[in-house]
Amino acid sequence: MLINCPYCGPRDVSEFTYQGDDNRVRPDQASTDQAAWNAYTYDRVNTMGDHKELWLHSGGCRAHLRVTRSTLTHAISSVAFVRDHGEKKSAARRKPGVRA
Amino acid sequence: MAEYSVFSLLKNAVSGNRDWKPAWRKPDPKPEYDVIIVGGGGHGLATAYYLAKEHGITNVAVVEKGWLGQGNIGRNTTIVRSNYMLPDNTHFYEHSMKLWENLSHELNFNVMFSQRGILNLAHTPSQLDDYARRGNAMRHCGVDAELLRPAAIAKLVPGLDLSGSARFPVIGGLMQPRAGTARHDAVAWGYARGADRRGVDMLENCEVIGFLRDGDRITGVKTTRGDIRAKKIAVAVAGHTGQVMKLAGVDRLPIESHVLQAFVSESLKPFVDTVVTFGGGHLYMSQSDKGGLVFGGDIDGYNTYAQRGNLPVVEEVMSEMVALFPGLARVRLLRSWGGIMDMSMDGTPIITTGPLPGMYLNTGWCYGGFKATPASGWCFAWTIAKDEPHKFNAPFTLDRFHRGILIDEKGQGSTPRLH
Repeated sequence: MLINCPYCGPRDVSEFTYQGDDNRVRPDQASTDQAAWNAYTYDRVNTMGDHKELWLHSGGCRAHLRVTRSTLTHAISSVAFVRDHGEKKSAARRKPGVRA
Repeated sequence: MAEYSVFSLLKNAVSGNRDWKPAWRKPDPKPEYDVIIVGGGGHGLATAYYLAKEHGITNVAVVEKGWLGQGNIGRNTTIVRSNYMLPDNTHFYEHSMKLWENLSHELNFNVMFSQRGILNLAHTPSQLDDYARRGNAMRHCGVDAELLRPAAIAKLVPGLDLSGSARFPVIGGLMQPRAGTARHDAVAWGYARGADRRGVDMLENCEVIGFLRDGDRITGVKTTRGDIRAKKIAVAVAGHTGQVMKLAGVDRLPIESHVLQAFVSESLKPFVDTVVTFGGGHLYMSQSDKGGLVFGGDIDGYNTYAQRGNLPVVEEVMSEMVALFPGLARVRLLRSWGGIMDMSMDGTPIITTGPLPGMYLNTGWCYGGFKATPASGWCFAWTIAKDEPHKFNAPFTLDRFHRGILIDEKGQGSTPRLH
């Protein structure tokens, strides 16, 4: 299986670390809705067919990638940087000492 | 007289082997049953057998998409053990072990259960401490366990690299002498025949394509061979649990489907007479009665329903094998294959009533379902018959994840690829 890293080009799957299902929606950091956190942590759609998932190019550029891959054939239809999706970093992830 | 015995062998030999009965009938589906079991694999067949034998419920159908025993029951590395640390697991798997010990006799079918022992190798002092702790926990629950030193291991497995210069030197190991291997297909066939002779219908080539409902309640299955009604519908479909449950409207479960690869080498003369596992990575190996080395390692680690894996895991498993047994470096691989595992979020199975009224669910076996086959069927049958779990499977609920009472043997959290 090859993953076409947008930065490094096509690389063997052994360079990458699987980071799991991307169909889940992480609740807001400040949320205290336990059911939502439980669902995010434990419940999966377990897609048969095109599956949205996250990979880390741990043996390469270390970019987090958003990949669509068929769970029936392993064919990859899209790879993109996670950061391109314009998600704001939450306050909890900010480095200590860095001002908002 | 038992159906298979030395007398029936002689009798059939004299009559030209024309009078053997098929191991199970090929009935047409009845319009209604008391219980329908979806999935004709090891667990489904064991459930049907124990429903008939222990609870007298014989108006039962096993509904199978392909043929009986086509899935993971015939694809595994055949290891049977009960060397778990957490008491909930220990008691359940030890119950399974006790059923295994009498299984050939009970089924009148030789499942070739061979209690050759399983040896978990330790490569660091802390790992050995950990094994001592697990061994003590097992012995507390009445399970056999022995901590072995390298001298004893050298006697037991002479092929191991115990030179001290190995990349991961062996400094000890935990042995469960009652563990072993079994002939996996025979288990499916034995249970199927035992259930069939008690009146259970085996409906092969009968794929479930939907569920019949009355409001919330599940009242039957739609299949490629027509609608079949039943008071109770039990689902035991391993890697395809998510897909079958979606047909019932359950979209999310604490399950991911992953592929596990397994390997067999060419036949060798007797080389190892126990099951050996590598503690420096993840490898488990034994030698079959035909002489082939049967072995496997980790799952590939990404969601998939394809019954094949990728080469990095193959390479890792082979390198671990050669690290342990340098003498095997030039042995050729005969075959490899993959099976789809129902990986749960804590590495522990689910055997429960629900999640919908009229439904029962058996899933989450990760890649340890084979050893559990007898106890899984036994406990699932109990749960179906009595509408409540037996104490052995009472902890294996579906809602334990949301209630925070996980049974995480490896302490890995909700990361299925690490279980």
